[in-house]
Amino acid sequence: MAGADRRQPARHSLPGGLVLSHLRTLIASLGVFYRTPFSSLMTSAVLGIALALPAGLYLILVNIQQLGAGWDGTARISLFIKRSVPDAEAAQLARRLRQWPEIAQVTFRTRAQALEEFRRHSGFAGALRALKENPLPAVIIIQPTRRHSEPRAIAALLERLRQLPLTARAQLDLQWVKRLFSIMEIGQRAVHVIAGLLALAVLLIIGNTIRLDIQNRRDEIIIAKLIGATDAFIRRPFLYGGLWYGLIGGALAWLMVEVAIGLLAGPVQRLATLYASQFSLTGLGLLPGLTLLGIAALLGLAGSWLAVRRHLSAIEPT
Amino acid sequence: MIQFHHVFKRYPGGHEALSDVSFTLPRETMAFLTGHSGAGKSTLLKLVSLIERPTRGQVLVDGVNLGATRRRRIPYIRRRIGMIFQDHRLLYDRTVFDNVALPLVISGYRHQEIARRVRAALDKVGLLGKERLYPVTLSGGEQQRVGIARAVVNKPPLLLADEPTGNLDPALSLEIMHLFEQFNQVGVTVLIATHDLGLVQRLGHPVLTLDHGRLQADARLPEPA
Repeated sequence: MAGADRRQPARHSLPGGLVLSHLRTLIASLGVFYRTPFSSLMTSAVLGIALALPAGLYLILVNIQQLGAGWDGTARISLFIKRSVPDAEAAQLARRLRQWPEIAQVTFRTRAQALEEFRRHSGFAGALRALKENPLPAVIIIQPTRRHSEPRAIAALLERLRQLPLTARAQLDLQWVKRLFSIMEIGQRAVHVIAGLLALAVLLIIGNTIRLDIQNRRDEIIIAKLIGATDAFIRRPFLYGGLWYGLIGGALAWLMVEVAIGLLAGPVQRLATLYASQFSLTGLGLLPGLTLLGIAALLGLAGSWLAVRRHLSAIEPT
Repeated sequence: MIQFHHVFKRYPGGHEALSDVSFTLPRETMAFLTGHSGAGKSTLLKLVSLIERPTRGQVLVDGVNLGATRRRRIPYIRRRIGMIFQDHRLLYDRTVFDNVALPLVISGYRHQEIARRVRAALDKVGLLGKERLYPVTLSGGEQQRVGIARAVVNKPPLLLADEPTGNLDPALSLEIMHLFEQFNQVGVTVLIATHDLGLVQRLGHPVLTLDHGRLQADARLPEPA
């Protein structure tokens, strides 16, 4: 085939030419959104909703985790000091505790500070004034390191703290932490299941859309095969079509989630203020957003690949 | 350019479209393939363009034994064959330019080269001013010329035409045939299937006649090897 060789210089040199050819197809495959804007956008919107659901659930989880960040994902131990112990001695204990390897952070509150805080937050200021002396003990709030936050380690730490001579009482909200963690675990599992199902839905929607597209362009495929198009060349626009559906669906999902967050932010803020919390809703953010786009694009590519593999080879000129 | 050695083609269901067909079509020849409908003309062309495979026998095109060609090599063989169809097989949602450019896009030519070659091909078939139009706005003869431009834009050494003038009036048919003669004069091998015997006789090129799948070759063609 000498003729083919003679023509070679007029063609792209690989791989630059292949990249350019891919790019050309990538842009050209956007054409479907231009030619049939309504149905393409409908499909994208369906994909967007299907993707927005797991993304939104994920975001709710993230926000609950943030709400729980008051506990920092770890437990806290409140070490109440015997009331007979002077503040200076208790402060010294706090400094000593800070040296323990299993403790990340120590906050010391004198009896006066504890009283002041109670007065400010509880609304019992009047009642407190009636008391002759401060009924509150000094308290050392201890936050274990993350490594020592798992239930068994924290129980051991709690036991050691109880043995200290100055300790009146060491209290751990372990039950609460346990419950929160197990609720979050269920939530996470649920998000994974729902995300898996909806990913499957996205895969099938895109696969079906591309299948219809292949059927609509049957004549074109036959003609291209007749004049020497390789399978890869014919496959390419459909694969990129799926990629675009995924990407645009993902972008719509991102938008929907951000709009929903925007709508909820105000009421949540007001509720948080009522609970004297600094909490505010977080949006998806750049990195998770890009991850969403990436997953959507991959689903699009996979869905169209399934359709292409099943239906394209069946079309041959006769 | 084309060699058939004892080629049989039996379709599933038992219909024998070609039986014991042998002939040689030398390089740079222009020849007609005639016969009544169902005589096997289309089947013969399909064997050359690898749309169908022979049940028995050997088909060689440009020295390549098609029987040994694997599926993934087929596109590269087809790029060396310009095919023209009775129903034109154009893409009706693309302009004339895009239709003619398709073989070059498939082969991965550079943009400027594509534009140059498409214009040259359209110039040859006399459609230079119409590259931006859509095929539906053209007459039947013009559409067929778009199909011819698409077939020759790649400069293939072999042109196959299946009833290219089937839907055209005699004057237009003659015009199309003269176009094929022009390509033949610059060295392209041309094989045209047609049942328009008057036209075939008038033009005086070698003729292959099929009758119920059996071939009678013209004395002007060499004896099959």
